[in-house]
Amino acid sequence: MNPRPARTSRSPEGGLPEGEALRRDIAARHRVGKVWLLLFQASTLVGIIALTALLYNVLNQSFGLVAVQNQVEPEMLTIEGVPLQDLTKEQLIAILEDHVSKGVMRRLESEIPFASRSRENVYSLVQERVVSPEIVRSWLFVDSIFRRAEILAEAAEEYPNAKIQFRAWVNWDFIRNSQSSTPALAGVRTALLGSLWMIAITILIAFPLGLGAAIYLEEYASDNLLNRIIQTNISNLAGVPSIIYGMLGLAIFVRALEPLTSGALFAASDPTAANGRTILSAALTLALLVLPLIIINAQEAIRAVPRSLRQASYALGATKWQTTWHHVLPSALPGVLTGTILAMSRAIGETAPLVVVGASTFIALDPNGPFSKFTALPIQIYQWTARPQDQFRNIAGATIIVLLVLLLSLNASAVLLRNRYSRRM
Amino acid sequence: MSLRIRAATIRAGARDRDAGAAQIDLRRRPRRGEALIQGFLFFCGAVSILTTLGIVFVLGKESWLFFGSGEVSLLEFLGTTKWQPTIGQFGIWPLVNATLMTTALAMLVAIPLGLGVAIYLSEYASARVRSTLKPILEVLAGIPTVVYGYFALTFMTPLLRSIFGQNVVEIYNTASAGIVMGILILPLVSSMSEDALSAVPRSLREAAYAVGATKLETAVKVVVPAALSGIAAAFILAVSRAVGETMIVALAAGAGPAFTFNPFKAAETMTGHIVRISGGDLSYDSIDYNSIFAIGLMLFLITLSLNIISRSIVRRFREVYE
Repeated sequence: MNPRPARTSRSPEGGLPEGEALRRDIAARHRVGKVWLLLFQASTLVGIIALTALLYNVLNQSFGLVAVQNQVEPEMLTIEGVPLQDLTKEQLIAILEDHVSKGVMRRLESEIPFASRSRENVYSLVQERVVSPEIVRSWLFVDSIFRRAEILAEAAEEYPNAKIQFRAWVNWDFIRNSQSSTPALAGVRTALLGSLWMIAITILIAFPLGLGAAIYLEEYASDNLLNRIIQTNISNLAGVPSIIYGMLGLAIFVRALEPLTSGALFAASDPTAANGRTILSAALTLALLVLPLIIINAQEAIRAVPRSLRQASYALGATKWQTTWHHVLPSALPGVLTGTILAMSRAIGETAPLVVVGASTFIALDPNGPFSKFTALPIQIYQWTARPQDQFRNIAGATIIVLLVLLLSLNASAVLLRNRYSRRM
Repeated sequence: MSLRIRAATIRAGARDRDAGAAQIDLRRRPRRGEALIQGFLFFCGAVSILTTLGIVFVLGKESWLFFGSGEVSLLEFLGTTKWQPTIGQFGIWPLVNATLMTTALAMLVAIPLGLGVAIYLSEYASARVRSTLKPILEVLAGIPTVVYGYFALTFMTPLLRSIFGQNVVEIYNTASAGIVMGILILPLVSSMSEDALSAVPRSLREAAYAVGATKLETAVKVVVPAALSGIAAAFILAVSRAVGETMIVALAAGAGPAFTFNPFKAAETMTGHIVRISGGDLSYDSIDYNSIFAIGLMLFLITLSLNIISRSIVRRFREVYE
């Protein structure tokens, strides 16, 4: 490629190096090669270190020692020796009445009457209002392990009444509880359900549309201007920043199509939502966002199906659609599914468009359909990370773990599904 | 016996065939079901066009309202350096400047590292090493960006502050956001560049070895130049990705437009501003609402042109080897 001779050690006559000089020259070139190889390896290492640091950081935040101070010790609330967690609903309500002001009781009654509250709900109210454990301080995992003695000494001095205990911020309660303004009681249930609802609707919309577009472009479209525009357009759309889709969703789905997306058209609207900022709007936005990804992946899968398969089908008199449906699609399915799963994982982690479309900052009620207000796991991570207090960082870290586990299980199920289909063929 | 039966069957078959041939009409029949299906498939393809039209229409319309409101002119928008909607100042430069800074930092991290990884994977690594490393990088690429934002704020920022001093580095700063964005983009650069490098035929490498080039010389002077179009396309796509990246800057770069060239100071990017404004209580048809669409239009135009440039580079400068 480069006709210039090596700039090192030429013989005095101007020719190429010989003998000892040549050996030295080659050794020098190999040394340079080794140094660069080290650099290339180092950059790979940096990538791996970054991934490790990221995971380390999340784990470091989501586990660790905490200092807990109870307003009322649960031992004080035992009735006839029965511990708090085993009391009946009526006893729990009585405890609430003893410790909480009348006004608060009335407010709770008007939110949801006590008669229709479940025992678990009343129990969590007692926990929240009466016991009201407050985590006054939290420490990082690594510190908790290696500086345990120091932390205990420090805590004993600063918070003499507090109990020091090891806390996994991501735990069963964290997944089961709904949102709360107290980090220790907050959970991701609403966010998790919101994410699942959203992803289900997104796939229901995007998968048929994406597959249909891919079939059209690969099997039906002739090479004319319109189809070339569609093809170019799809690859352009794949590069549009996700936040732009959010703005599209805000203007079209939330505002212009409000009667549809708020459910008013079907008389199904959620009175608390009362505008287009619903799961459906978010899912439609995400569907448009992942559509190009699904189309491009599906196109590749369809293109990989050998021509002979189609021709054999035509030769037996099958129509174009029969050929596509019975022969091309089954062979392309594993590839199409992989692409769809990839798109799903993309959609589930997407945050910016949801913020723009209008995710709720605080909802305590579970979403119960496409017309509910919504929040999602990435939204929770964003909102909790943006808070300055340490403990919100802890629960944001715990939410990240939930999100990553969800992504991982999605991908694993995709791989299993794909393997099953490809074996069958 | 059996022979006679078979002959009879064949004769009968031939008769049936003749009779059938007389009935079959070989002319093309209209197939309504097929036409319907084709129509639906075309509609699926057209949805993407509608999406683009929708984006252009929405961004264009709201921006039109923004510039038509009389409060701000295009010249003021593009020519002044103060973004303070409360007092009616809409100069986009603080936002663009912050975007450029985070993007440049991200490129400083992602391009050398990404290219290094690509060269290592494609030229040096054994098949086994490659098959373990590539999934790791894919994992890195699959992590949601909001997680990177968390990483920037809770890990990179404290790290920078402990290195450069608490007084020098603000809690929110563009340096931390840019570096983490570089890590986010690294897998994109490395995987696209590696694809380009792997597409260079073996014969070129063997020719280089034959004239005495070392492995490094082959990689840097033969393979990389041969794959340059693909690598350049990867770089430009990476820039486009960095410009449009939102959650990292929304969390780590700071809230509040500031015109500063100091990477250790807080500044808000275009995407960060859109997220912050639309995350609050936003009333429709206000100048705030329209202004984020004007920023969005700018963002769309920048990323679109970068993507188009990237693709045309691949198309125009690709070296085709047979």
